[in-house]
Amino acid sequence: MATLEVLDIHSFYGSIEAVKGVSLTVEEGEIVTLIGANGAGKTTTLNTISGIIKPRQGRILLSGQDITPLPPHEIVALGICQAPEGRRIFTRLTVLENLEMGAFLRRDKDGVKRDLEHVFALFPRLAERRHQLGGTLSGGEQQMLAIGRALMARPRILLLDEPSMGLAPLLVREIFRIIREINAQGTTILLVEQNAHMALSIANRAYVLQGGRVVLSGTAQEIRHNPEVRRAYLGEVS
Amino acid sequence: MYRLMNRSHSHEGIRQACARGALVGLVLTFVALIGVFTAFATIYVVRGVLSLSQVLLALGPLLAGRAQKAGQRLSWREALAGGLSGVVAGTFVGLLALAVASVNMRAVLVNATPQLVRTLTFGLPLGLGVISLVGFGGLLGAAGAGWVHVPSRLRFSVALGLGTVVVLGALRQNGLAPVLAAVVLALVSGGAWLYKRQWQELQTSYELFRRRNESLLAVLRWPLALVFLLAVPYVLGTYGTSVLNLVGLYVLMGLGLNIVVGYAGLLDLGYVAFFTIGAYVTGLLTSPRSSLGVGLSFWAAWPAAMLAAMVAGVLLGIPVLRMRGDYLAIVTLGFGEIIRILVLSDSFKPILGGAQGIIEIPGPRLGGFQFVKPQHFYYLILLGCLLAVIVSRRLADSRVGRAWLAIREDEDVAEATGINIVKYKLLAFALGASFSGIGGAIFASWLHAIFPNSFTLLVSINILSLVIVGGLGSIPGVIMGALVLVGLPEVLRAFAEYRMLAFGALLVIMMLARPEGIWPAKRVREELRRG
Ligand SMILES: Nc1ncnc2c1ncn2[C@@H]1O[C@H](COP(=O)(O)OP(=O)(O)OP(=O)(O)O)[C@@H](O)[C@H]1O
Ligand SMILES: [Mg+2]
Repeated sequence: MATLEVLDIHSFYGSIEAVKGVSLTVEEGEIVTLIGANGAGKTTTLNTISGIIKPRQGRILLSGQDITPLPPHEIVALGICQAPEGRRIFTRLTVLENLEMGAFLRRDKDGVKRDLEHVFALFPRLAERRHQLGGTLSGGEQQMLAIGRALMARPRILLLDEPSMGLAPLLVREIFRIIREINAQGTTILLVEQNAHMALSIANRAYVLQGGRVVLSGTAQEIRHNPEVRRAYLGEVS
Repeated sequence: MYRLMNRSHSHEGIRQACARGALVGLVLTFVALIGVFTAFATIYVVRGVLSLSQVLLALGPLLAGRAQKAGQRLSWREALAGGLSGVVAGTFVGLLALAVASVNMRAVLVNATPQLVRTLTFGLPLGLGVISLVGFGGLLGAAGAGWVHVPSRLRFSVALGLGTVVVLGALRQNGLAPVLAAVVLALVSGGAWLYKRQWQELQTSYELFRRRNESLLAVLRWPLALVFLLAVPYVLGTYGTSVLNLVGLYVLMGLGLNIVVGYAGLLDLGYVAFFTIGAYVTGLLTSPRSSLGVGLSFWAAWPAAMLAAMVAGVLLGIPVLRMRGDYLAIVTLGFGEIIRILVLSDSFKPILGGAQGIIEIPGPRLGGFQFVKPQHFYYLILLGCLLAVIVSRRLADSRVGRAWLAIREDEDVAEATGINIVKYKLLAFALGASFSGIGGAIFASWLHAIFPNSFTLLVSINILSLVIVGGLGSIPGVIMGALVLVGLPEVLRAFAEYRMLAFGALLVIMMLARPEGIWPAKRVREELRRG
């Protein structure tokens, strides 16, 4: 059973078509990555899945249910939660308040408490800084908080938009390790990345986006060995 | 070497003393040219002896002398520097008097009148007046320098005594009689002198008492506050109560706007619209002379007024759902104006009365009891405010409050977090409007008549200012803001048109000194502390 199916979506900004018929599937338990150059339409695709942008054409199914017309908050309630691009967190709320806000839709207090401890276990740096204001965290910590906040909604599918952006190599490694851990604990992940090398190293499957279209897809192995990808995205000189 | 340093030190000292004096002198000149002294000349603090403008004039050199860094004890050098500052300040004022007396500048500076010269020179001949300005300036400057070295107990008592005399005298018609002023000064200063120590003891024993009876006080706190609130109109009398009623209406509306701006972070500049709608719905439904002519009672009308305001809130909310910051402000501003123009317009005159408004609006009636006096309305407004406070508190601590917080902090993140932006924004607009609708209903039945020109943009601005001055998102802040922004100008009415000037200056000073508001919300306070 496919968890998430994106069927030929076309998304526009005004008259500019940023996504020109993207189709992809994310199976339960997978890590799927979406790679591509700047402006390829990766964020737009994610925002369309989250319901923040409505596609002009195409459908998005979650376990067979059409979620295309639903508003973002209902899509979150159905189990798709996004950690937006650029470490978007509530800068004037504390770490703890940010995480609690992430669980806004949940009514199970005990479960929220347990998940809070879980997030703190995943990100010990956040635990130490639970009363610090979000805006005063370092870039890497903010990224952790953004992921933690999304996790607090207890999503079935976590959408991550460039979690490694602007982080030092050591921290990038750390973040990817944690993404893998989150996945191992049962959360399906759709990962958008510029850092194709790292993304392909943890993903099961990959889609390559170019100019708003999927130009290549396959297992991470296949994509990694594709000469075109090696040249364009993995920085290999041929 | 040491000598050299010392000398350059003292040169520096002279320069700074002159600079301080010049600054004060410039301020006094400015204050004089906007007409404050002329206006205050007739407000006597001590009848026939001391006017408020003289107090103000004396305060300048005093402050100039006081402003320098003080050493361990009063030295000649300090006293001289203070005196120098005072002389410079006095010279500025003296030169101003000379200039105004010799050149006619009234075409440009409307307040440069012979009367100003008379005020500045204490009615003395010009030359003598200027000399005494400079001389008194020097003396006061030196006194200012010495002031810091007066023992604190004495300083406290004298300042308190003088302050009391100035405030009482200025507020009283024609000031205090000289004897009375002396008595007040002696009593207050003497009392303060004698009791300063006892006062501290009293405080510590109260503190002890408070600690020991914490639980009792906790139980008694609210009943005591209520008794106080209920007793207030008997203490204040009719005029004071009317002022307080106005403050209360603004508290009610401020709490409503606080939901929109303070909690949800939506800048609304047209908030007066809901007040207008509440007042007009009440007028239409209750006045026998209105176009509807149904003559309902106030009690039947206010829920309708509230509902109408809520509906209007939603109607305003829908088109602005996606707007942010400045766009939102402009559109809401337009909304407020549209409502005012509608009630003023000739096309709706048969229904809404145009410029003639709606008259013969009956006051509320409870059984056989008719609300007439301000005191009666006080209780009605108090009830409204109490309800608004309770509702606001509940909301702030609820899920709804958290959703508003998220939207205020970052709408996009809130959306990604799964918060229903549309629902909570509309809820904020509707609830905020409802308070204002109730306020409008009470307003209409209190004044018995409503006219379009009571519902101007100024009302919106006043409400927004009191919310900001009090402290965005803070309930006590709204109350303090309303007391300061609505109550104070009424109390300052004695100062005629200069009240707005004094008031504006006060606002500027307040926002500089306390940018987070008089009584900021806990969250804001913590943020500022954390840095
Ligand atoms: N709000 C917007 N209004 C207009 N055009 C937009 C908007 N957001 C994105 N675009 C355009 O849509 C295209 C796709 O943008 P998108 O943000 O999806 O790219 P991306 O693949 O996420 O790029 P990056 O790796 O730089 O984040 C780009 O050409 C971009 O300029
Ligand atoms: Mg992007």
